[in-house]
Amino acid sequence: MSGERRIAQRFAALKSQGRGGLVTFVTAGDPDYETSEKILAGLPEAGADLIEIGMPFSDPMADGPAIQAANLRALASGITLKRTLDLVRGFRKRDAETPIILMGYYNPIYSMGAEKFSQAAREAGADGVIIVDLPPEEETELKAPIDKAGLDFVRLTTPTSDDRRLDRILPGASGFIYYVSVAGITGTKSAAQTSIADAVARIRRKTKLPVAVGFGIRTPEQAAETARTADAAVVGSALVGEIAAAEAAGKPRTEAAAAVLGLTRRLSTAVRAGKP
Amino acid sequence: MNKINTYRGGPDEHGHFGLHGGRYVAETLMPLILAVERAYNDCKADPAFKAEFERLLTHYVGRPSPLYFAERLTEHFGGAKIYFKRDELNHTGSHKINNCLGQIMVARRMGKTRIIAETGAGQHGVATATVCALFNLPCIVYMGAKDIERQAPNVFRMKLLGAEVRLVTSGSQSLKDALNEALRDWVANVDDTFYIIGTVAGPHPYPAMVRDFQSVIGREAREQILAQEGRLPDQLVACVGGGSNAMGLFHPFLDDPGVAMDAVEAAGLGLDTDKHAASITGGRPGILHGNRTYLLQDDDGQILEAHSISAGLDYPGVGPEHSWLHDMKRVNYVSATDAEALDAFQLCSKLEGIIPALEPAHALAHVAKIAGKMARDKIIVMNMCGRGDKDVFTVAEKLGVKL
Repeated sequence: MSGERRIAQRFAALKSQGRGGLVTFVTAGDPDYETSEKILAGLPEAGADLIEIGMPFSDPMADGPAIQAANLRALASGITLKRTLDLVRGFRKRDAETPIILMGYYNPIYSMGAEKFSQAAREAGADGVIIVDLPPEEETELKAPIDKAGLDFVRLTTPTSDDRRLDRILPGASGFIYYVSVAGITGTKSAAQTSIADAVARIRRKTKLPVAVGFGIRTPEQAAETARTADAAVVGSALVGEIAAAEAAGKPRTEAAAAVLGLTRRLSTAVRAGKP
Repeated sequence: MNKINTYRGGPDEHGHFGLHGGRYVAETLMPLILAVERAYNDCKADPAFKAEFERLLTHYVGRPSPLYFAERLTEHFGGAKIYFKRDELNHTGSHKINNCLGQIMVARRMGKTRIIAETGAGQHGVATATVCALFNLPCIVYMGAKDIERQAPNVFRMKLLGAEVRLVTSGSQSLKDALNEALRDWVANVDDTFYIIGTVAGPHPYPAMVRDFQSVIGREAREQILAQEGRLPDQLVACVGGGSNAMGLFHPFLDDPGVAMDAVEAAGLGLDTDKHAASITGGRPGILHGNRTYLLQDDDGQILEAHSISAGLDYPGVGPEHSWLHDMKRVNYVSATDAEALDAFQLCSKLEGIIPALEPAHALAHVAKIAGKMARDKIIVMNMCGRGDKDVFTVAEKLGVKL
């Protein structure tokens, strides 16, 4: 990686296009490595502006039933953190521009070693990390090697973040700010657009970083509306729900991949049409 | 090696015990965790809080619990004098009530109106349901489907007490998954809900707060043994799953160099199998449920399912202060198998007329290994932290008896 970072470049490009972005979340290895590879490869063409890849963990405490199930499917298929990085490497060989953000829980990273993970993630072609259970109070041992590797360390803000807390979170964040729009777990409640707008405005008063909004965004309409307010909308549970539905119906896994990419297209079409 | 002035000074201001502890939680919970810490610090400094806590321990729980010389077991093993700290005589049948009373008082001070808890054996669930009944607060208890099956009497007790018991079917369907679900509930209900964690684990300040509320066990034991024997014991023994009863007994003695401490983990079918719950003996440090501590995990850092005949010890982690005390070599972490615990369960029932819970039966199984090798003038204090009524169905099944 040289020059400007991919995440910053992508948000700058979105800004010049005058629209918000679509961030898609899928879990690595869900439902298996090959299908996951196909999904990732197809996401940019289907309209994903940035890609979050979930690093599977046995105990995803901040996730609702859909992503919990995705984690279990992925682990059952034999995925590991090392193989997750292989997926990133494979993707990066074909796509030099779409930012990849690795999202997950700290223990698998700690188990590999924070330094070793940071180097390996950079070499694989990842651009940033979001670690759900590493608040600023505990992040130093990972943030230092991530910074050193030249990756972005994306921090989260939530409806419970008051101004004092924002002052703790926002300085030192990089890439973008991930606003968790509901107090809760992934894929359950949805926030009112007015509360999202208020929160995004409050964050923007304190940082120049782009703001992506996630949790509870399921439909093309919600994504479009959110991407008008914020710099990007994140969709996760609804996408992995397509895999669950295909699996439950006993469909071949090529159809699971097609379903995820199909929903991505619908989301992207709405987001791209959504500029005021 | 590490020379320090006190083993009782932890955690540091960030909740760390050496490498362990901390606050590894989702950002949504951070403001709340910090508020719990502030509220607990206020409570600690308030004499009125202390007086009310002590009043309830005396008149509601029935403290102090006796320190009982187990003469027949002492004879049987033919070595050290064995004392039981009788926390199984507490209201609700275990030490769990000590902590629940303390935490619900903190919750009330914070103005929280809804209580959640996780439970494994059901003892903590029953104790939480009990204090919620006492203080008229709604109570939701998360319990693994596997545990609901093997601890049916406690499930019914919780319902009688007015609690809602929510079945957890995710993951291994036991204590670890009940904790996950409770944390998911909490993050979705931060405004009105207080999470009463049952053991010395979770994000700071929980490990320290639960230890402080449980330390009444060790403080009483210390006074009682001085009164009965005129000196401190040579050896403390307690079982450890998350480790709240062990911390409660050990903490007031940590700076007494003459007092050795053995904490007994559940070895399940054996440490050489993959069916055990010995996080310290068989695990390595990792991050789960808000803290860094010894965990059972695979090479990829995925958490493994624990196994123990005792639902209360069936947990792949352990409180972070235990992990630190292990690193410092202040406490000796050992283990006892399902079979050894079952033997101890029966022996104690027959020789002492005390049916122990399967959890302290692990502690007694270790006492059985060491007492006979110690001189007759040595003194062991073991924490009898729960009674076995809840376990009679499990034990009957293991012994091939149809009830």
